[in-house]
Amino acid sequence: MAKTAGTIGRTVDAVDNWVNERAGVKAFWKQHLSEYWAPKNFNLWYFFGSLSLLVLVNQLLTGIFLTMHYKPDAEYAFASIEFIMRDVEWGWLIRYMHSTGASLFFVVVYLHMFRALMYGSYKKPRELVWVLGVAIFLVLMAESFMGYVLPWGQMSYWGAQVIISLFGAVPIVGTELVEWIRGDFFVADATLNRFFALHVVALPMVLLLLVVLHLAALHEVGSNNPEGVDIKAKKDAQGRPLDAVPFHPYYTVKDIFGAGVFLLIAAFIIFFWPEGGGYFLKPDNFVMADPLVTPDHIPPVWYFTAFYAILQAVPDKLMGVILMGAAVLILFLVPWLDRSPVRSLRYRGWPSKIALGLFVIAFVRLSMLGLAQDASILELRFWTLVYFAFFILMPIWTTFENTKPVPERIPS
Amino acid sequence: MSTMIRSLAGAVLLLIAVPGLAAKAGNLDSAGTNVFDRASLQRGAALFVNYCMGCHSMQYQRYQRVADDLGLSEELVEQTLLLGDQEISDYMMSSMPYEESADWFGKGPPDLTLTARSRGPDWIYTFLRGYYLTDNGWNNTVLENPAMPHVLWDLQGIQRALTETVTDDEGNSVTVVTALELDSAGRLSTEEYDRVVRDITAFMEYAAEPAILVRQRIGVWVLLFLAVFTFVAYLLYVDYWKDVKK
Repeated sequence: MAKTAGTIGRTVDAVDNWVNERAGVKAFWKQHLSEYWAPKNFNLWYFFGSLSLLVLVNQLLTGIFLTMHYKPDAEYAFASIEFIMRDVEWGWLIRYMHSTGASLFFVVVYLHMFRALMYGSYKKPRELVWVLGVAIFLVLMAESFMGYVLPWGQMSYWGAQVIISLFGAVPIVGTELVEWIRGDFFVADATLNRFFALHVVALPMVLLLLVVLHLAALHEVGSNNPEGVDIKAKKDAQGRPLDAVPFHPYYTVKDIFGAGVFLLIAAFIIFFWPEGGGYFLKPDNFVMADPLVTPDHIPPVWYFTAFYAILQAVPDKLMGVILMGAAVLILFLVPWLDRSPVRSLRYRGWPSKIALGLFVIAFVRLSMLGLAQDASILELRFWTLVYFAFFILMPIWTTFENTKPVPERIPS
Repeated sequence: MSTMIRSLAGAVLLLIAVPGLAAKAGNLDSAGTNVFDRASLQRGAALFVNYCMGCHSMQYQRYQRVADDLGLSEELVEQTLLLGDQEISDYMMSSMPYEESADWFGKGPPDLTLTARSRGPDWIYTFLRGYYLTDNGWNNTVLENPAMPHVLWDLQGIQRALTETVTDDEGNSVTVVTALELDSAGRLSTEEYDRVVRDITAFMEYAAEPAILVRQRIGVWVLLFLAVFTFVAYLLYVDYWKDVKK
């Protein structure tokens, strides 16, 4: 840091030194930013990690302000949301930032996960980064599901009813388990209260802890890159990777630009399209929860519909629930299912490219089918099969396909 | 790489291309409302209070908010819109208590604050124009056998349904309404009546989300700011990276 002059400057330096002798802020800054060596060839796909962090901060901050006016009570919850929308200064903006943020969270996280699949970012030595990431995804699903219940509209209520009742498929203790989760014989005030506690206290803490671990694990081994080249193999005399730049300032300025583009899209939705065509805020959820009126159609929010479609593909409830759980949990195994000697898709053979392409189509198609009221069971099963085949057959094609040699340095 | 982006963009587009969930019921007429037309909202507010609030409430909407948002003076609202001994800071509650009316009718008149968001403006517009008289009383093309009679009949007149007997998918013959025709004229012409319904719908659209009147205006400035911010950030990015990208 440059020497600063004058009394103020000396004071600043003194405080700076005092803090550093005790807390090691400079060392932390160096390790994670100014001397964290990141490959110089990050592309568009590498924006979604920092954007996930941005959305997380948005959810936490807007969530705190919503909590100040929201009432977790079956009688008042719905009205308190309308109070926020009408009588709280800028309440509508805070609420739309939170509801839009929830959907955009899944958009950026799905793209972030796709990036990892495309460039083999889960392969050795980054298995733990991936595993922690999947854990974040799991907690995020629980967090958003419980958050969705809080407005206490018809979709909140009946969505909770459907999802909680899935636990009833567990043999022997199913019924007791469902009652234990709900805290009542039906979805009621007790359910709303505990979901509120979990949504605003418990799960955010777990989420933050996992995010810190995810980043710590990443910074221990360093970032992958689109070429899948190990940048630490070639270093200069000072021990700096030749194909890297320090994260700060290079990627901080780049990510600020990325954040600007993202915020333009987010602001457009928040101010001009907050209902997101009925996908972000469902029309039925503007009707207060009524335990006596079951809606004709209870689809989950768009980011869960692929998994919901897999559930529907099986006629047996228990098997369906197991398969739906497996669809998420199988992600944990990806680092060990992939036997390829190379990381990035750029150096893999055509089987890998076709498999990933089919997997994306299956996921998108299942997401659409999960929303539809009259999805054909045959089509549901076909895409479910494609979804699972991607994982189950991965050891086979990654072992036998021809790969291209990976260069020692990142090609310019 | 670029193929990957293209295929992903295609997938995302596919996802977005699914028709919006708001338009669920088929064959609704387009309401053609404009919530930024203040005169229309003012007429709609008066019509709503006169014709709807005998039974229905807007339990989340305050009179004060209507006065502020629609540019009406407090005195005018107090003289023309308030029911009974209500204060301007009160919510727009019908003078008919919901619990009692639920006892009288079996089902109380639903609260209408958010109907424009749950059903959509087109639904309200088509519903209020879709009443017809049968031998068994009022029926409606949008909501079959409604609990509510046609409260605007003296404005619209009395419509009768033209029906046709068709065979459905399961082979049963059913009677369907093909068109409505005006049997006896009301106080208003068809065009005038459509405007009345459009004004009511516009007011309900506004009341379902009062923020709609300001959010787009603010949004323009936010987007402009972000565009400048992003442009400056882009220049900064290019400047920092010029050494790395030869």
